[in-house]
Amino acid sequence: MNSWQAEWNAYYTLVRREVRRFIRIWLQTLLPPAITMTLYFVIFGRLIGSRIGEMGGYTYIQFVVPGLIMMAVVTNSFANVVSSFFGAKFQRFIEEIQVSPVSNHTILLGFVTGGVIRGLLVGAIVTVVALFFTDLPMHNPLVTLSILVLTALLFSLGGFINAVFANNFDDISIVPTFVLAPLTYLGGVFYSIDLLSEFWAGVSKLNPMLYIVNAFRYGILGHSDVDVGVAFVMVGLFTVAAYAYSMYLLITGKRLRQ
Amino acid sequence: MTTALAIKGLTKVYNNGFAALKGIDLTVGQGDFFALLGPNGAGKSTTIGIICSLVRKSGGTVSVFGYDIDVDFPGAKRQLGVVPQEFNFHQFEKVIDIVTNQAGYYGLPRRLGLERAEKYLRQLGLWDKRNNAARMLSGGMKRRLMIARALVHEPRLLILDEPTAGVDIELRRSMWEFLREINQQGTTIILTTHYLEEAESLCRNIAIIDHGEIIENTSMKALLKTLHKEHFILDTREEVPAGLDLSPFDGHIIDPHSIQVEIEKGESLNELFSWLSGQGVTVTSMRNKANRLEELFVTLLAEKGTSPAAVAARAAGGQA
Repeated sequence: MNSWQAEWNAYYTLVRREVRRFIRIWLQTLLPPAITMTLYFVIFGRLIGSRIGEMGGYTYIQFVVPGLIMMAVVTNSFANVVSSFFGAKFQRFIEEIQVSPVSNHTILLGFVTGGVIRGLLVGAIVTVVALFFTDLPMHNPLVTLSILVLTALLFSLGGFINAVFANNFDDISIVPTFVLAPLTYLGGVFYSIDLLSEFWAGVSKLNPMLYIVNAFRYGILGHSDVDVGVAFVMVGLFTVAAYAYSMYLLITGKRLRQ
Repeated sequence: MTTALAIKGLTKVYNNGFAALKGIDLTVGQGDFFALLGPNGAGKSTTIGIICSLVRKSGGTVSVFGYDIDVDFPGAKRQLGVVPQEFNFHQFEKVIDIVTNQAGYYGLPRRLGLERAEKYLRQLGLWDKRNNAARMLSGGMKRRLMIARALVHEPRLLILDEPTAGVDIELRRSMWEFLREINQQGTTIILTTHYLEEAESLCRNIAIIDHGEIIENTSMKALLKTLHKEHFILDTREEVPAGLDLSPFDGHIIDPHSIQVEIEKGESLNELFSWLSGQGVTVTSMRNKANRLEELFVTLLAEKGTSPAAVAARAAGGQA
């Protein structure tokens, strides 16, 4: 058996375990986002949305759906890796992997792929739920899919880094609560930055979530408040940097080995 | 003889400045059943942690079947199976998944992993529990699960860090049989244990580590030969007469029905029994005061400066 085949077998094992893990606990992983997003659609789409009227040339519910889908993808990709990897560290079964000859790239890709799959699966579930409330055109499937995968990848890597540094279960909820949620809510999910004053629109453009949400919205609706090319470059660069840093953590064994 | 494990000048200094290993040298031959003994905190687990990459070394070299861990760590890891001291598997995963996944991490195809998992779970009496979550297993079963997991990729060198801790005597003996069997089939085994009887019974060679240094490294036979005296406890039918002078045999009365004597190795016991008989004392049973290795162990550590009282106290409790 050559080393590529061995690495593939190890990768397959890791991904299979990760996917089975979140499916086994689907009541905690797959159902809550569907319920939460249904409530968002009902409240912001039907109850409040009908009074807001159009935004960017679309009904309000059509406008918010891409952002809400992306919000679910971001939080679930992050949550999957941070909880899985920290759990492995906490219960010490990460040692099963550390003592094996599997490469650091494979370890990282295995955990991250699990996060990406959960993110995309939750995204698909939320999309199906959204279709009960509104029609969604597909302006550019390539942009839609690529920004979706890239974002899931980026936040899975973010979850991995968070898990490496976490010392207890409180530490794995700090970033989602104090970083991801504010950035997402202020990242143009519920409004167009055209509605903001010039100053606040400028401040908003410092928020990377704005680019992610708008790129995805462009893929579905064909409407974006920012340059989609910039969004791809930004997400791409963040992803490369997060991957490189994750590998650095694995290679040096910081906070993973004594 | 091929070398299974070669350690040279291995050092480990933790971030807090504590030197856990102070340049140890150790060689284990292929096919050996090797004991690595030492009191708590001596450096056994640190050494094992470095060999299997859970601990970063500060200096020195380690090679496993010729694979230097600094040059080809994956190559070295492929030769290794590790049974750690503490349970380190996913408590909510099924037994079969834990073993099969480990095969996958070692690059085995899933089908082969399943075959091997069945083989070792059957051998270790866990096949009926394969679909149970690991947390549902008893302590002894969890130990056996870790052995099955360590063997699933069929390593050439198996390292067991106190594999029978907390396991009942019957199960411990069946595990010994299993380990003897796989050693006879060619797997080199390194064992750390708190049960010195276990090391004496299983291992051919032994190293004793204390304060991060190897203080003895020899064959079990050679080590036991250095034992010059043995202590026996004799139980008597009648009460031992008070004031009985046992000084000719370097002995003393422990309680009205038992006495302790110290006999030079090779000295006949007949003289002792005749003398006791003449004093009207009938011996009904006799036993070693302590395991022979245990006595040596305590002596060696005491010679090297580890508090004899602390070592003796641990030894009296069956631990070292």
